[in-house]
Amino acid sequence: MIPLSHYLVLGAILFSISVVGIFLNRKNLVVLLMAIELLLLAANMNFIAFSHYLGDLAGQVFVFFILTVAAAESAIGLAILIVVFRNRRTINVQDLDRLKG
Amino acid sequence: MSFLQFAFYFFAMILIGAAARVVTVRNPVKAALYLVLAFFSAACIWITLEAEFLAIVLVLVYVGAVMVLFLFVVMMLDIDVARLREGFARYLPVGAVVAVVMVVELGVVLTSGRFSSASMPRPSGHGQDYSNTREVGLLLYTDYVYAFELAAILLLVAIVAAIVLTLRRRPTTLYQSPSRQVRVTKAERLRVVRMPSESRGKENQGDPS
Repeated sequence: MIPLSHYLVLGAILFSISVVGIFLNRKNLVVLLMAIELLLLAANMNFIAFSHYLGDLAGQVFVFFILTVAAAESAIGLAILIVVFRNRRTINVQDLDRLKG
Repeated sequence: MSFLQFAFYFFAMILIGAAARVVTVRNPVKAALYLVLAFFSAACIWITLEAEFLAIVLVLVYVGAVMVLFLFVVMMLDIDVARLREGFARYLPVGAVVAVVMVVELGVVLTSGRFSSASMPRPSGHGQDYSNTREVGLLLYTDYVYAFELAAILLLVAIVAAIVLTLRRRPTTLYQSPSRQVRVTKAERLRVVRMPSESRGKENQGDPS
């Protein structure tokens, strides 16, 4: 049978891929948001694996709430992205160095 | 190798490959599509862990709503990809080294035996009449009902925030104001002018043709 550690290692690989994605695409705001989604997916994977192996459904309830918050976060993040693009005509993080509108 | 093992390793390979493509692919539209594939594979893995409800929620909510939103935004924006990729090749070796070190460290800790099959055996699984959705719902509407309602408020706030942020009043666009239209009175529209009656001119007095 599949041991729990394989699921946890899968979560760790996903987590490090998304951290590297934040490294590499640090100028592209859209891909940064996608990397954050992947990071949350890695966390959810660990929650569900532990929930199954420990026989405790609370982990799945937590994943439910994480999904809710992540959906809200990406919706507001994309709204901010659109406003930024409308005002500055760019989504390059390095160009966004002015707070004053 | 049982079917479950085959399914897990198959979906895990697809998941890792898709995730790696998300962060390395050049085109943001393709990155969003690879992210869809990653979420889909993750949902398949969650089904092997008997989390059917969350797997379906992941596909419906994430692939169906959030990723479509991402695709909308990516296609709406006119992104200059070449400028955004500056420094990508320069940081790739450093990023790869950090990733490998992180995976090795976590792998050493996680495979040290605490989470092995011997110390934490996989549960045998539930019978045919077990409903994951029912069990999650029973927990969600009893023990976690306050958190559930807070999540509902959070989603409402997110809707309002997203609309308020992106709502734009253009000064050149003409708007109707229904409340003002309804409240209008006769005095605002009609002006009665009192003036003396005019006598007909001489030239109009002849034949009408």
